[in-house]
Amino acid sequence: MLLRLSLRNIKRSLKDYTIYFFTLVLGVAIFYLFNSIESQSVMMDVSSSTREIIKMMVNFLSGVSVLVSFILGFLIIYASRFLMKRRHKEFGIYMILGMGKRQISWILLCETFLIGLVSLGFGLLIGIALSQVMSIFVANMFEADMTRFEFIFSSSATFKTILYFGVIYVIVMIFNTFSIGRQQLIDLLLSKRKNEQIKAKNTWLCTLVFLLSIGMLGYAYYLVTAGVTQLDSADKIFIPIALGISGTYLLFWSLSGFILKIMMFYKKHYFKGLNSFVVRQFSSQMNTTVFSMSLICLMLFTTICVLSSGIALKNAVTSNMQEFTPVDIYLEKNWDLAGQNANGKQYTQGEIADSHISIAETFRQLDFSIDKYFKDVCTVNTYATNDLTLKDTLGKAFPSIKQKYTFLNTDMAENIMRISDYNQIAKRYGQKQFQLSDHQYMIVANFDNMVAIRNQGLKANSPIQLLNQTYTPKYQTCQDGFVVPSSNESNSGIILVPDQAVNESIRAQNIMIANYKANDKAGCQAIEDKIIALDQHPYSKNTNLDAITRISIYEGSVGIGAMVIFIGIYIGVVFLISSAALLALKELSESADNKERYTMLRKIGTDEKMIQKALFKQIALFFVAPLMVAIVHSVFGIQFCTYIISTFGKQNLLPSIIATVIFIILIYGGYMMVTYYSSRAMLKD
Amino acid sequence: MEPILRIENIDKYYGNKSNLTKALSHLSLHVNKGEFVAIMGASGSGKTTLLNCVSTIDKVTAGHIYIGQTDITQLKGNALNRFRREELGFIFQDFNLLDTLTAYENIALALSIQKVAAKTIEKRVQQIAQALNIEDVLNKFPYQMSGGQKQRVASARALITNPQLILADEPTGALDSRSSQMLLSSLRQLNEQLEATIMMVTHDAFSASYASRVVFIKDGQIFNELLRGDKKRKEFFDDIIDVVTLLGGQ
Repeated sequence: MLLRLSLRNIKRSLKDYTIYFFTLVLGVAIFYLFNSIESQSVMMDVSSSTREIIKMMVNFLSGVSVLVSFILGFLIIYASRFLMKRRHKEFGIYMILGMGKRQISWILLCETFLIGLVSLGFGLLIGIALSQVMSIFVANMFEADMTRFEFIFSSSATFKTILYFGVIYVIVMIFNTFSIGRQQLIDLLLSKRKNEQIKAKNTWLCTLVFLLSIGMLGYAYYLVTAGVTQLDSADKIFIPIALGISGTYLLFWSLSGFILKIMMFYKKHYFKGLNSFVVRQFSSQMNTTVFSMSLICLMLFTTICVLSSGIALKNAVTSNMQEFTPVDIYLEKNWDLAGQNANGKQYTQGEIADSHISIAETFRQLDFSIDKYFKDVCTVNTYATNDLTLKDTLGKAFPSIKQKYTFLNTDMAENIMRISDYNQIAKRYGQKQFQLSDHQYMIVANFDNMVAIRNQGLKANSPIQLLNQTYTPKYQTCQDGFVVPSSNESNSGIILVPDQAVNESIRAQNIMIANYKANDKAGCQAIEDKIIALDQHPYSKNTNLDAITRISIYEGSVGIGAMVIFIGIYIGVVFLISSAALLALKELSESADNKERYTMLRKIGTDEKMIQKALFKQIALFFVAPLMVAIVHSVFGIQFCTYIISTFGKQNLLPSIIATVIFIILIYGGYMMVTYYSSRAMLKD
Repeated sequence: MEPILRIENIDKYYGNKSNLTKALSHLSLHVNKGEFVAIMGASGSGKTTLLNCVSTIDKVTAGHIYIGQTDITQLKGNALNRFRREELGFIFQDFNLLDTLTAYENIALALSIQKVAAKTIEKRVQQIAQALNIEDVLNKFPYQMSGGQKQRVASARALITNPQLILADEPTGALDSRSSQMLLSSLRQLNEQLEATIMMVTHDAFSASYASRVVFIKDGQIFNELLRGDKKRKEFFDDIIDVVTLLGGQ
């Protein structure tokens, strides 16, 4: 009997709360989808380093999954709580009929269990179906070849999904049972009549608070954009964050009152058609949802920032690749080792001996034939001395720079190169070559932040001392260029001097660049694998030869990009769905109250068209308000993100922002339209 | 005097063939301009059905209802809505004020959905508020008002459009006796001073005694009619009670 009652209730609530059910299914599907990536990637043909990155990403994703399960759990508990509230009268009737609280709890338990079961089932089915498509996307992201198409089913992801959602549903059951246990019969029966108190806030106070919140937000915006250089330590970042959160809350607290005030000022508009009704509906809704509104706004803000800068970051790390990795392999070895290595251990005799032979010689020791595998080989040296540090090159500009950038290490020895050596490399890289006369020096750099700092030193026209000779800067600014290949602009400065300015006494590194003697990707990979295998050679423990290869940079960049994208989309989708579902549920659960109001409007002869327009406006305002605030936040937030990720290179944000907008319109707009049509249907019958 | 409302031989049936309820049968009634008519009857007599049919909220099964020159049984869709908002005024038992709007906005809404300019709205709201003595609650929300105040605000909303006919459904049903008295006095005042035509449904003899004519309905048909003429309200009340007793009381 109880089970039948539950079944009938579910049938009914499925109709009323399609959105809730739909969100549950979607949540389960997404959860499965992102947790099954590991199985999706298993049959992909990728190198071992990419495999490593995928492994790292999977670990990351499972960490994010915990956060996601918290958010979805919160959403489900919150939703089921106000779905319960709607049903108080029904429970009251059960109790009048002589049903005990325990039996009602049983009904709820059955319901939650059945809904959980059905949503898990559907969600997993959809998740499994989507993961087939997703695997193509994953392969595409990691630029892997899909060797064969295979049906993927991840039992571990399935188990994990069932476990996480099972726990959430159990918590919901406990919540429901508790909330029934606490209720008095009279309250249950009369709950519908208990009118929500419409607290009319003082509009003057609202205006004041509104201005205050605008001020707070404005200052936070300033801090993360124009004033960003003042945020020189990590803990200072909490100031704009705290300002932003409290400013957002106050904004929503006062927004409706402020809008009311403004609207009332424009009486002509306010008393036009149903405008006064819509504004009041909106403000009464806003007043009861300040907290959720702020939360939703901040979630949307995070979504927008994460998605647009995530996509931008991915583009940034992959797009500059061609330019900054002009050779297949770059090798460097420190010259004349002494003292301790990075782990604080003394260098061995073997290592010290090896540090006095060239890279070519080391390769011979490693039984690796340069002639056989390399072409276009070019070998140069770099120099360094503790007598020439960043402090020295900054010269007169040093005090003011040190004050502004307290974190900057100015005692590092500068990297010095002979102009002819540099030109050799520049020629190979297809970069600009330079000429210096006897007592001139210049700096090549491309890492924006350092370029800005160094330019101040160059402008001060400070001379430098090197081996008892004085050199003056040829250019007032850093020139574009680099030696170490990487995925982006990361050269923080190389001092170029005339060839005779340095000698072997301050030699720091031996550098070799080369291309692989191979015609295709497979050939390059074969040589790459041989180099990786050198690590197993007995002599390798004696050498500190470092290599940077085009393939490794590329895979690393693609991997990082893909990882950022996946995590961004995962969090973004979950945040978006949660926000939209919260709004939709709130709106739909209020439809009962709204129904009475709209019936009244009908009774006094309002056109059906006018009523529908008012309903649409009301819902649109409710959905758009947090989105608008989030967008304004994002305008500044994205600028801050750009500043942070500028270390990964410059990028054009527009395409990623457009992608984000489309994404949001699809999900968020979809929820809004479904809410509108469901509400309209509810108000009609 | 020309009748403003002509109910011509209407029927209203509920249910299906196997279980038919005749709520109204062959009922005809004329109401003249400036009249204050009370419809009385016991529960289930059909008085509310009659009001619903006149107010276009419900449709008749047969017969015609004319308000002014319009046959409202022939109206549909937006024409019906338009007719309702321009020619009819409603006062409900449970006020039906919008809880999210202030008294002023509730009253103004009736005009703003007719696309009346904001300036005109302001003038007319002030006028009607003065007439109904609710000027001091204009900026309050329904939950801040007493029942009597709410009903007067609802009356103001009904009257502000200068409707041809005001329909009141148990307007005192949710009020205490003092508020009832005040409301009914205002209604009669409006009826006398502004020549507003009012049709009020009630089962309360006291309320009915404020009207100029009382129509008694029993089993969906007119049972009796009383005209007040020059009688004092108290005398009229006694007459009504006599008929009510005759009807079998309530």
